Amino acid sequence: MGKKIGVFVCHCGTNISATVDVEKVAEETKKNNPGVAYTTTYKYMCSDPGQKLLRDKIKEEGLTGVVVAACSPKMHEHTFRNAAVKTGLNPYHVEISNIREQCSWVHPDIPTGTDKSIDLVRMMTEKTRKDKSLTAIKVPVTKRALVIGGGIAGIQAALDIADGGQEVVMVEREASIGGHMAQLSETFPTLDCSQCIMTPKMVEAAQHDNITMYTWSEIESITGYLGNFDVKIRKKARSVDLDLCTGCSSCWQVCPCKKIKSEFDMGIGNRTAIYIPFPQAIPSKPVIDRENCILFKDARKKNIKPNDSKVCRKCIDACPIAPVKAIDYNQEDEIVDVKIGAIIVATGFRELEDGLYGEYGGGKYEDVITGLQFERLASASGPTEGKIKRPSDGKEPEIVVFIQCVGSRDPAKGCSYCSKTCCMYTAKHTMLYKHKVHDGHAFVFYIDIRCAGKGYEEFSQRAIEEEGATYLRGRVSRVYKKGEKLIVLGADTLTGSVVEIEADMVVLASAMKAQDDAEQFAQKLSIQYDKDKFFSEMHPKLKPVESSSAGIFLAGTCQGPKDIPETVAQAGAAASKVLALLSSDELEREPVVARVDRQLPPVFSTCIGCFYCQKVCPYSAIESEDIKARDGSVIKTVARVNEGLCQGCGLCAATCRSKSVELEGFNDEQIYAEINALEFN
Amino acid sequence: MKIKITTKELKSDFAEEVKKRSGIDVKKCYQCGKCTAGCPVAYEMDYMPNQIIRFVQLGLKREALTSRTIWLCASCITCTTRCPKEVKIAELMDVLREMSLEEGLANPLEKNITTFHEAFLNSVKKHGRISEIGMIQEYKMKRPKTALQDLLVGPQMLSKGKLSFLPHDIKGKDAVKKIFEKCK
Amino acid sequence: MQIEERKKIGYYPGCAITMGSSSEEYGTSVLRVSEEIGPELEEIHDWNCCGASSAHATNHKLSTALSIRNISLAEQSGYKEILAPCPMCSQRLIISQKDVADDEELKKDVADAIEMPCDGDVKIINYLELIKNYCMDEIAEKKKKTPKDLKIASYYGCLLLRPPKVLKFDDPENPTSMEEIVEATGATSVDWELKTNCCGGGFTLSRTDVVLKLTNDILECAADAGADAIAVACPMCHANLDMRQKKIGKEYKRKYDIPIVYISELIGLALDLGPISLGLNKHFIDTKSVVNAFE
Repeated sequence: MGKKIGVFVCHCGTNISATVDVEKVAEETKKNNPGVAYTTTYKYMCSDPGQKLLRDKIKEEGLTGVVVAACSPKMHEHTFRNAAVKTGLNPYHVEISNIREQCSWVHPDIPTGTDKSIDLVRMMTEKTRKDKSLTAIKVPVTKRALVIGGGIAGIQAALDIADGGQEVVMVEREASIGGHMAQLSETFPTLDCSQCIMTPKMVEAAQHDNITMYTWSEIESITGYLGNFDVKIRKKARSVDLDLCTGCSSCWQVCPCKKIKSEFDMGIGNRTAIYIPFPQAIPSKPVIDRENCILFKDARKKNIKPNDSKVCRKCIDACPIAPVKAIDYNQEDEIVDVKIGAIIVATGFRELEDGLYGEYGGGKYEDVITGLQFERLASASGPTEGKIKRPSDGKEPEIVVFIQCVGSRDPAKGCSYCSKTCCMYTAKHTMLYKHKVHDGHAFVFYIDIRCAGKGYEEFSQRAIEEEGATYLRGRVSRVYKKGEKLIVLGADTLTGSVVEIEADMVVLASAMKAQDDAEQFAQKLSIQYDKDKFFSEMHPKLKPVESSSAGIFLAGTCQGPKDIPETVAQAGAAASKVLALLSSDELEREPVVARVDRQLPPVFSTCIGCFYCQKVCPYSAIESEDIKARDGSVIKTVARVNEGLCQGCGLCAATCRSKSVELEGFNDEQIYAEINALEFN
Repeated sequence: MKIKITTKELKSDFAEEVKKRSGIDVKKCYQCGKCTAGCPVAYEMDYMPNQIIRFVQLGLKREALTSRTIWLCASCITCTTRCPKEVKIAELMDVLREMSLEEGLANPLEKNITTFHEAFLNSVKKHGRISEIGMIQEYKMKRPKTALQDLLVGPQMLSKGKLSFLPHDIKGKDAVKKIFEKCK
Repeated sequence: MQIEERKKIGYYPGCAITMGSSSEEYGTSVLRVSEEIGPELEEIHDWNCCGASSAHATNHKLSTALSIRNISLAEQSGYKEILAPCPMCSQRLIISQKDVADDEELKKDVADAIEMPCDGDVKIINYLELIKNYCMDEIAEKKKKTPKDLKIASYYGCLLLRPPKVLKFDDPENPTSMEEIVEATGATSVDWELKTNCCGGGFTLSRTDVVLKLTNDILECAADAGADAIAVACPMCHANLDMRQKKIGKEYKRKYDIPIVYISELIGLALDLGPISLGLNKHFIDTKSVVNAFE
């Protein structure tokens, strides 16, 4: 018996019916198509009554196939297939004919739109006649999450997942977790001490039963798919045994290399070669900077093993642990293998380097600093113990000029977006400065003030009204040195004047940029990124934490500039997605995957084993399978699609020279049925 | 500066006209003021460079073309170099000057500058190259208040041989004259 | 060492540096130096004024046509490169060449006005480019004198560097080509802040007050940085800094005594070519101190 197809043509309000005569479409479809048992039109098929109509008619008319002529399948294919399931009809006999985006919205005259719709519906009914029932593919789920990045986003996400009862592995490439938030002095709009609010979370994460933390580690590789990732973590050699070390600090106190520029202090403070990045570091156990440590430099020069160098052994000598010291110069990188079910990427941002603007000195003026460098000056645990001092001579600056939008909103310099946080943190900086230097003058050059968050506008006004910061509207064209001072040439467009200020220090509100290696990292994970190298969310409004790859989620500034409240919220959202994923033992995947045919012996498969399909597959979903005889000898090696990895793109089907691969739900028979329906009308 | 902007100005096609002549789209300017901040002559101008662009954006043709600013622009091109939206501000000044002259709106307070350009180009038209003495003579005649300026410099230049009395006419001076005719 | 093959480059002096003009010492020294270390320069026959500021400030078509005539003349004579030591000229030539390439309408109008084809593919270079591309080795080899303790501030002005997207020469905020050449002569480069600032250029007659202010800023900065002399590659900058220096001093109550030397003169001194043959006697501010430094 042939198929009994029901065709439901939607008005979509007036979206379709304004330019397509939907009644006529239904009429003509009934007339000329064998297999079409029932047609009707409805105002809003996707509404509850619309779906009820669908379900009722399937039952009443005994329909074995359905075509809904409506909007794009991306909108409601899911809806209508679910409706069919409720009636017992296999959902893969339900097809959508897109007569909106591909017809009514692009053809303004009714006759054209109607004729085209009739064709489109007929094509789909012909395809439906060839539809086969398909069952969702079930994949197992590893109940463990991976969080890449140990800043506030990663920490929050890990805590949320761990509190939700699942295991988490955290990987952070610096020696301590904390990220950029740990570098801040006080946070807006409350002026909470950043580390004071953060360290409790850091400690919780470090001590949580469900969290395994790897610091000074990086992701080596990720393979696999949703629910079944294989992750290799490279634990870089710390030169310190984490199990033995107690963090007593004896070693870094005696290290003779004291003038290495501290990364945590953004270059305005120094550290030693064996170091912890900051006093509240977690773990509070050091690493050795092998690039700059004189022992390691010596070993490299002489081409000997590090432990054989005798140039300096102050740290290991000072180490009180016995019988085995906690310091191990010969320690090597270690690769750890973990199985993971879901991944959250929380790799953060980098601040724009201060050398980009030649007109601001190109990085050569010590007293022209970036926002994060100012944070380090203002921070009580920073290189100046919280005193605002000029990096050049240590004097207290009487006049500080803050320049907003440095590197942001500047397409000429390759960065057209707004970094979102700078208006707020600049206002904060003026306050911190005035709190510490009561008679100081703070001048801010701005183009706009963007304070959209809760309490933000009031905070920004407070900087002006209560703290006395002077805001000048205009960009700065040039900063140069004159004697001890920095001459700032700016403008105030509100009075229509040029402004020249003799400043003691200039703070650049530098743009929030994607990490230097964001592009390579995204490629390693096979996730999409945008023109600015921030990782792309699946939908800017409705899917803000999903990456383009199933099972990989995004949190924090790696997805785009944002402040701490948004980061924490996004981290929670990503964690909830992960918890949902890990809550089932099995996941269902759409069965629209490719399949290499299998035949009876002696053919076994029409596949000739050329593996062109493997070469073109973007998801590494083609594997090879040896077809063996009973004695174990290999008869032929053919391709096999890994259903878990396959995303149903169809490239293999298009490439296969022997027509051995087809896409379920879009096989050759179905596609040709559509084409023929158009061709031979 | 008192200006009232009405729908008439806002609906004008001044910006379109400017775009057609120069290719410059002033819509891109977000009035950040960096051009003004770096302009070496802004301190002498009646309107700041960013304000001139604002005039074009809002259809204030008269204000733009009668300003002293466009004449005081030294074409140092610092503004164009640093503009974050890549608006060619210095090149825009060229177009506004040309339009100002066409419509007879050049600000009389900067007559020294407009007269200098006139004298310079007259000399080129006549000889094909600048005759410095000839140009200076025409300039000082038309701007008698400048007659005593640089009085001592002249003889000094002459004594060093850096000022020739006779113009160097080029052979192709008629060709040059023709260029002037055709480019009116 | 002999220079085997001299490349002939079209020489476009422009009105300011040609013989008998107000900045002729630039032309004199450029030619004298090229005699010594090449490359071979040949004056473009019957060149006309490029129009300088006055043309581009008042009539775009005229300015383009005047410049393109010279490029077409050069092309017809078979030159592949034009040297225009005056940055006003080199800038106008390069900009006009680009404008005509980008605008078919303009190209037609200009071709009609100059009655010559204007597809000129000739490369226009400034003097610093010439030295860097062709003469650095020659200077190193043929250098005869090394100055003792001569601190030079390299002053670029506007037109060598801007607009950077069109001229594509050196870094517009922190250029180094002139410093490299200065160092090649054996003098020491001084680091100073206003090396790309505008001197006021063509306002020297019509708005002398503006020129005095801008040049005072420049002189003050160079003097405070410890410069013994300022090197320039532009006749307008030279005139403003040299000819007007006494007046600037009077106006701003500071006695400067800073010789302004063309980079070509500096190279000439290093090659031990006679100061008079380089035009060093034609300056307003005595250049004795610079000449003596090379003794």
